[in-house]
Amino acid sequence: MSKSTATRARPLSPHLQIYRVTPTMAMSIMHRITGVALYFGTALFALWLLAAAGTQEQFDFVNGLFGSWLGRLVLFGYTWVLLHHMLGGIRHLIWDTGHGLEKETSTRISSATLIGSVVLTLVVWVVGYAVRGGF
Amino acid sequence: MADMRTPLNRVRGLGSTRDGTEHFWRQRLTAVSNLPLILFFIGFVVAYSGAPYDEVRSALSNPIVTLLIAFALLSVLYHMRIGMQVVIEDYVHEEGWKIALILLNTFFPVVVGAIALFALLRIAFGG
Ligand code: HEM
Repeated sequence: MSKSTATRARPLSPHLQIYRVTPTMAMSIMHRITGVALYFGTALFALWLLAAAGTQEQFDFVNGLFGSWLGRLVLFGYTWVLLHHMLGGIRHLIWDTGHGLEKETSTRISSATLIGSVVLTLVVWVVGYAVRGGF
Repeated sequence: MADMRTPLNRVRGLGSTRDGTEHFWRQRLTAVSNLPLILFFIGFVVAYSGAPYDEVRSALSNPIVTLLIAFALLSVLYHMRIGMQVVIEDYVHEEGWKIALILLNTFFPVVVGAIALFALLRIAFGG
């Protein structure tokens, strides 16, 4: 008698590490990681607003944190993560319409997400600092 | 195997979790509303990061700014809540942990939103 279907070893789909990393796969993972990072980062914005709603001293304290080198690094990183997720989101919305799913195109727009997010982040901060005058 | 669903169930197309594609759709809806709001948000934060107390407060009390930031908060907080729910459902399979995290996933955006909106309105109304 053959074993019942329930106890026979069932074929499993290959696990994650067996696949070659492709730009589409990497950017899909990035979309999730950036979404999660942005999730927790919203607390930083709430903190800044709360400080602005408080006293001058409270605001100066929080502003000082964001203005430190670590604070600036976090803000810069947050901008990049946000723009990356935004471009990734646009890519998802395009895919949802059924366009851009061919192998070459999907790879190309996935790489474009990464390049575009880095370029946009630099542009945003360079323009930001230039407009405000001085670093 | 024969389809065991009732005709009504089939025509509603809501599946076993009873909300069909609603979650998927709202993730997309808020993705679209996030787009312009986030562009404004980035511009605002970059322009006012490091700015002094009075300048930040007077910018935030401009009614258009207040409203755009409030809309951005609502859209983003809802989007991130349903987004994080999918992440939890994908990786956390132990029932107790899953329920606990899904609860926390509702509390966190509500707390962040309440604090941010309270602060925003306090500034807007000159408190
Ligand atoms: C800037 C505009 C944004 C757009 C266009 C956008 C777009 C999207 C889209 C289309 C998805 C679904 C992806 C999928 O089904 O695989 C998604 C997921 C998600 N988003 Fe956004 N998003 C934006 C901003 C944000 C912000 C500001 C946050 C958090 C503060 C956020 C947090 C998340 C999270 C946590 C997920 C779930 C990730 C996953 O399931 O892998 N998003 N976003």
